[in-house]
Amino acid sequence: MLSYTVKRLLSLIPVLLGLTLIVFFMIRAIPGNPAQTILGQLATDEAVAALTKQLGLDQPWYTQFFHYLGGLFTGDLGESLRTKSPINEEIWPFLAATAELAFCAMIIAIVIGVNAGIISAWFQNSWFDYVAMILALIGVSMPIFWLGLMEQWVFAINLEWLPTSGRENVRAPIETITNFYILDTLIQGRMDQFWVVVKHLVMPSFALATIPMAIIARITRSTMLEVMKSDFIRTARAKGLRMFWVVYKHSLKNAIIPVLTIIGLQTGLLLGGAILTETIFSWPGIGRYIYDAINYRDYPVIQSGILIIAVIFVTINLIVDLLYAAIDPRIKYN
Amino acid sequence: MELSTNKEMQVPIEPAEEKAVSPWLEAWRSFRKNKLAVIGTFIVLFFVLLAIFAPYIAPEGINEQKLTTSDRLQAPSSEYWFGTDDFGRDVFSRVVYGSRISLWVGFLAVIGSIVIGCLLGIVAGYYGKWVDSVISRFFDILLAFPSILLAIAIVAVLGPSLRNALIAIAIINIPNFGRLIRSRVLSVKQEEFIMAAKAVGMKNSRILFHHVMPNSIAPIIVQGTLAIATAIIEAAALGFLGLGAEAPNPEWGKMLSDARAFLTQAPWTLFFPGLAIVLTVLGFNLMGDGLRDALDPRMKN
Repeated sequence: MLSYTVKRLLSLIPVLLGLTLIVFFMIRAIPGNPAQTILGQLATDEAVAALTKQLGLDQPWYTQFFHYLGGLFTGDLGESLRTKSPINEEIWPFLAATAELAFCAMIIAIVIGVNAGIISAWFQNSWFDYVAMILALIGVSMPIFWLGLMEQWVFAINLEWLPTSGRENVRAPIETITNFYILDTLIQGRMDQFWVVVKHLVMPSFALATIPMAIIARITRSTMLEVMKSDFIRTARAKGLRMFWVVYKHSLKNAIIPVLTIIGLQTGLLLGGAILTETIFSWPGIGRYIYDAINYRDYPVIQSGILIIAVIFVTINLIVDLLYAAIDPRIKYN
Repeated sequence: MELSTNKEMQVPIEPAEEKAVSPWLEAWRSFRKNKLAVIGTFIVLFFVLLAIFAPYIAPEGINEQKLTTSDRLQAPSSEYWFGTDDFGRDVFSRVVYGSRISLWVGFLAVIGSIVIGCLLGIVAGYYGKWVDSVISRFFDILLAFPSILLAIAIVAVLGPSLRNALIAIAIINIPNFGRLIRSRVLSVKQEEFIMAAKAVGMKNSRILFHHVMPNSIAPIIVQGTLAIATAIIEAAALGFLGLGAEAPNPEWGKMLSDARAFLTQAPWTLFFPGLAIVLTVLGFNLMGDGLRDALDPRMKN
């Protein structure tokens, strides 16, 4: 297990280097002079020259790359062209906002998705199975930005149950400690604000949860069906064990690996989907941060923001891989 | 089973005693029995026909503006089936024409990724060694980005346009096909008929295109159909973010972002383009699932 962990970690090195290289070359792939493109046609030659120098574009690319790489090792992600502040400082609140949203979405997706899948497999071909699987099919075909808009129309505009967008009540801002608003309000014991935060979270989390929920439900159902056909399940049933325990203990334990894979993969993909959800709900997260940077042609932010998300994505996949071995002793890594 | 999908190999075989059913025919029979798959195929056909005959179906063009109050932001009626938008344009006509863009982008992007992905996958799988490592690492790196984010990054660099959105979607799908073909090549390479082909001195390129490729068509069709579904969503997402189709193109995602400001006043301007996306994507997903069950019975549940 240890040697496998080390091996997996080592295999990450070329991938991470490749990632950095791609992200690094992105800014250099802009046709023409990137500084000119960033500043627009009306910029003076001095301004263009100054920006070229600031971005280090006047040096050979390998010098630039190692400079960038060196910066990454010391935690220097560059400087935003728009706000002039270091990216590694200003990125935290955005990352926290996305993490909070993604966490809630994933909890919703796992709880509903896994249970819907289990019940569908348990009562295969029942009306519940049909309805759940049709909903899951529609769920995977759903553009989340449209779902978000429709949620807003129903729950915010027509029913007025939930706030349309944002993360907090702008007139009563939350004192930030950790930037995870749920935690912050709880630490401060502000239950009134806690509910405000929860209300703001409901719609974006459900929108973001839809696709993973649907995929998790489908995978859980199909693996559970497979496991429930096995001999040991028949034995457990023959012993007179209650169906509930057969399903939730014996079967689920053996069906968990593919489900876990998909949960890991979907958590990573969630970070990509977040950019759309955050746009719809004006959620001040990392997706929004990168998207705004694209509109302002703030290339250092685009570069580092994308790199960070990719690194998180790779890390989540690694953790899932390592978890397999911990959960299933049959898996041996050599 | 894999042997008989190969026409080259079918010829010299002695005529079978009993009439052998080709696996394609067998797959078609099982596909036809799958209700959801048939529904999906009909949905896809419906949108394809809509796209082809758009000028005959749509009552108006894509950009016929009528800036009078009696024509702007009108609710659905017998005159305007899906209502009108803020320029007084008929939403129904725009949705109908929009099917052209979405299907076009979906098909073309996926064909692009299949061609490039297959070439890379075949080269990696067949030649192995360092070529394989380089290409496989390249796939790993592309897959290390959440796909939509990579697409956004590519369009951010190339500049926002429908063509660049298409290129970006094609690029992000390359590793999926590349890996698929690579693994097929690796397994087919071990088959005896490849060894036989080598033994008789057949050239590598001939082995690849006459023996390896035909054995990989089924999974490509399945994966390709499902990829069109995601490609359509991705194109709409890029359009929605303002990184895809430009005005006045009636791209469904772009229509949604244009109409966003009118969510309270005119929800129909948002409802119908979105519904069109969901239906088209659902159609391709159902068809893809059905094809997988029919062509790859091991995956069936």
